Amino acid sequence: MADAYIYDTIRSPRGKGRADGSLHEMSSVKLSANILNALKNRNDLDTSLIEDVIWGNVTQIGEQGGCLARSAVLLSDYDETVAGLSINRFCASGLEAINLAANQIKAGAGNAYIAGGVEMMSRVPMGSDGAAIAVDPELAMKSYFVPQGIAADIIATEYSFSRKDVDTYAIESQKRAAMAWSKNYFQKSIIPIVDSSGLSILDKDEHMRPNTTITDLAALNASFQEMGENMPGFDNVAKLKYPHLEKINHVHHAGNSSGIVDGSSAILIGSKEFGVQTGLRPRARIVASEKIGSDPTIMLTGPIPVTEKILKKANMSIDDIDIFEVNEAFAAVVLRFMQAFNVEHSRVNVNGGAIALGHPLGATGSMILGTLLDEMERTDKQFGLATLCVASGMGAATIIELS
Amino acid sequence: MSDFNYSKDKDNIVSIKWDVNGKSMNVLTLDGMESLKTCVNKALNDKTAKGIIISSSKKDFAGGMDLNVLQSMMAGPKTNLSKLAFKTIMDMHDILRVLELAGRNSETKNPAKPVVWAASGLSAGIGTEIGLACHHRIAADSPRTKIGLPEILVGLFPFGGGTTRLMRMLGAIGASNILLEGKMLSAKSAKSSGLIDEICDQSELEIKAREWILSASQSETIKPWDQKGFKIPGGAPYHPAGFLTFVGASAMVHGRTKGVYPAHKSLMSAAYEGLLVPFDTALKIEARWAVKLLNNPSTFNMINSLFVNKTALDKGIARPKHIDETKTKKMGILGAGMMGSGIAYVSALAKIDVILIDSTDEKALQGKSQVKSILEEGIKRRKTTQAQMEAALQRITTTTDYSTLKDVDLVIEAVFENASVKNEVTKLAEAHISKKTVFATNTSTLPISDLAQVSKNKSNFIGIHFFSPVNKMNLVEIIKGKNTEDSAVGKALDYVRQIKKTPIVVNDARFFYANRCIIPYINEGVRMVGEGIEPALIENSAKLLGMPVGPLQLIDETSIDLANQIAIATKKALGDKYEEDASDEILLFMVKEKRLGRKANAGFYNYDEKGRRQNLWRGSTHKWPLKSDQPSVEEVKNRLALIQALEAVRALEQGVLMNIREGDVGAILGWGCMPWAGGPFGWLDLVGIEPVVQMCKKFSVDLGSRFNIPPMLKQMSETNSKFYSN
Repeated sequence: MADAYIYDTIRSPRGKGRADGSLHEMSSVKLSANILNALKNRNDLDTSLIEDVIWGNVTQIGEQGGCLARSAVLLSDYDETVAGLSINRFCASGLEAINLAANQIKAGAGNAYIAGGVEMMSRVPMGSDGAAIAVDPELAMKSYFVPQGIAADIIATEYSFSRKDVDTYAIESQKRAAMAWSKNYFQKSIIPIVDSSGLSILDKDEHMRPNTTITDLAALNASFQEMGENMPGFDNVAKLKYPHLEKINHVHHAGNSSGIVDGSSAILIGSKEFGVQTGLRPRARIVASEKIGSDPTIMLTGPIPVTEKILKKANMSIDDIDIFEVNEAFAAVVLRFMQAFNVEHSRVNVNGGAIALGHPLGATGSMILGTLLDEMERTDKQFGLATLCVASGMGAATIIELS
Repeated sequence: MSDFNYSKDKDNIVSIKWDVNGKSMNVLTLDGMESLKTCVNKALNDKTAKGIIISSSKKDFAGGMDLNVLQSMMAGPKTNLSKLAFKTIMDMHDILRVLELAGRNSETKNPAKPVVWAASGLSAGIGTEIGLACHHRIAADSPRTKIGLPEILVGLFPFGGGTTRLMRMLGAIGASNILLEGKMLSAKSAKSSGLIDEICDQSELEIKAREWILSASQSETIKPWDQKGFKIPGGAPYHPAGFLTFVGASAMVHGRTKGVYPAHKSLMSAAYEGLLVPFDTALKIEARWAVKLLNNPSTFNMINSLFVNKTALDKGIARPKHIDETKTKKMGILGAGMMGSGIAYVSALAKIDVILIDSTDEKALQGKSQVKSILEEGIKRRKTTQAQMEAALQRITTTTDYSTLKDVDLVIEAVFENASVKNEVTKLAEAHISKKTVFATNTSTLPISDLAQVSKNKSNFIGIHFFSPVNKMNLVEIIKGKNTEDSAVGKALDYVRQIKKTPIVVNDARFFYANRCIIPYINEGVRMVGEGIEPALIENSAKLLGMPVGPLQLIDETSIDLANQIAIATKKALGDKYEEDASDEILLFMVKEKRLGRKANAGFYNYDEKGRRQNLWRGSTHKWPLKSDQPSVEEVKNRLALIQALEAVRALEQGVLMNIREGDVGAILGWGCMPWAGGPFGWLDLVGIEPVVQMCKKFSVDLGSRFNIPPMLKQMSETNSKFYSN
């Protein structure tokens, strides 16, 4: 079987996912097209060589509906022979796009793909595309549905992470992100977003709050306590599933959960031949990719079984991995990952994560893989693993090796 | 004679009057459906007919569906059930849909005939669903009028179009009270909730109905869902507002019902799926969920215990047949404490004159003021009227003088739970009452035949065991002593029916029936604490079993020192026969720690300064550390269910229970024992006798002889039989 390589990774800065966020004025199609064009331009790509654009996007409705991937291709400067595929594996969509592309290359279906994603959370609100698992009583009851925030609080309760633990983690994320920006660690992948006349719209992640203190966070109310304990009482559902828990400890809030932001990213993936043909140098080899279904109620523990699965498949152990990107959907998700594998924090999310930087759902997977690769190159690490927890109880992971 | 009568007056208004022959209450049978269909078609085919009034010739409109029809359907082979039930429900939908469209044809522009529902008295279930298919609903504003869809309370949901129509009429939030709570509404609240359109004086019901028909505009005869641009009130499930409602509704219902009630699930799904499709498709979906529900054995058991058998007991099926029915006019109550005042309250409300006796005037008066505060609470909750309160209080006379008992026809002794105190007041009362007067003792633990020792009239000495709080608990255990005669049983039963509670009759044995099962349930939970099982798992497993309170909460409520005293007293009474119970040691520890339960503001739970229950006390887990391999929730559930069910079986074997009917209804009403399963015997059937025997085998080895297989179950498993024959 052929190998699949990463040739380039880019991402937009992440704009606040609100009406006053800097990227709010730009449509999802336009931001996607800009990112595609940037990738083309800086690699001097002959886009007719691209087999497909696989685009992760979660809320596929309105401007993000109607196969956004193909729309983005048509708005960009790409050849019309490039197809487009919108995919949704919730928060792992961006990583899943990469995995799909890599696996097609490995199987010989084409030599080059662009994989990535976009999410304009300020324009297409999260959840506005509906979801049977939340409202269809038969499914909601069968799967003991609770919202993600409750699920994160269940993780904190089950695995004994206190409010102080999650808040301390969040402060560290802010610190690391600020440090990474100050030292220009993100520079390699960041594409400043400009308007059609070349005027700057956004050139830096704008969700960060580097000055946040533990006291600031301690003042925030837990976000999911009311819906858990009172209306409509999701904790009761949680206790049906986990009857050994007396009470759910509600610890998560806006300050220790991932931020709502706008953003897009893309990765150029190709076979060895593609590099030879174009003269581009492969930066990393995609060693393995995996996905898994896990308990849908606690929902966000997928990174653990999917990491076990991918390590087994790659015939590697956790200690073979030099650094990790574990998406910071909620602080407890990453704390649980480090606890389960006994991995020290110095190897995980070394440049911060979604708590500080934000989590543009469909784009995050490809963003964190890009961040991982940049860091591996900067510090000369051989193996890296990126993983994300996924709604409805799933996980996705990718292992890459520096070329 | 048919169930619905057709007539047409001089103004060409058709009346379809429901009047089931030979019954005091209209209920819908298969024949009744045919009769209704014939009448509806006749009216719609009559070109001269101006409109239709649907009403009843009886005091009430209807009690609902004849549940015996459903039960006989469910008792047959399952393949027939699905086909037959689906066809029956769809036929009903067709009849009501024809009535609702009322001859309207949009192509020929033929207008609909106005159809009005004019009801007084009770209208439940299918009775109300017939109303919902009409264009206009009027109800008589009288105290007798109660309108609703109580199906959910007996394990069903409204599948005669009621779910589909109400969701579209009122939206998810508006309909949920009526559908999910099964509340029966007064005429006024039925109107304000939107279930009906108009209320009027009883005498004007027909006039108003006719007026409406003569004045109805065409648009009033077209249901909103049959009009263009119809929108679900409050939003359909994928409308932003509706989305939030439905997310919350599933969680709320799931959390409250612990997932053990199939009717709630079916109702929710029929409602949700129905809102996503056109009306007629929604009716089909409603029927499919109904058929699925009817196929669930839990449904049969619920109808059986909560409706068929409870109704039979309420009607006095356990009465000795040769004894004439009696009515209690005046009674004496000895002891004006919590139980005595509760009994005074329910009796006075049932129009019985009460002499309330205690050792001092002050105590007796205190009892009466307790009655007053229960009545005031009732007024606050609009259960009781001011007039009812005044009348009830007037019927209660407080005194310390036992000679006032000379002309009562029943005495209930409700003094402190201590044999010598009870003996003393028995003698005091018997000095004055006539030989015919039945003397009842309200006790939960003391054997009746022992208490009867001091009586000069043992044949009229009986146990009447009320549950606390008396005003809320609907079960009453009647205990026959060794010498109690049938006439006394008849008297006690008639009295209990008079106060509108459900009686079960049991024979005398330690703890009778209810407490005999409740105590092992509590002890099993307490034991588990000693085994190092996570207390939350114990409590939550009980809830997952559909028990209203976990064993640790229950013992906190009933008090831990009482349980300890009962254990000591039982040990004393049984002597060598007493089996050391592992829970004894734990109870003793709790007593030493002064954690006596809610009354001490400390027990297996912590309480705040206002006495509100907080989290579980972790002190017990310091004394008995949590074991590393916790049992599965299934195992904990099985232990808690089986320990109750085995005790019920032993009560039956030993003749304490004379009937499984009383065992199941008594368990559900007495301590909320697994209503979804139809009670403990129903649960044994649902699990299957053979699997239960296997469970006993395993548990008796692992956990002790209390799980030994009762011979009755062993025999049943050998003959492959069940408690109920469905």
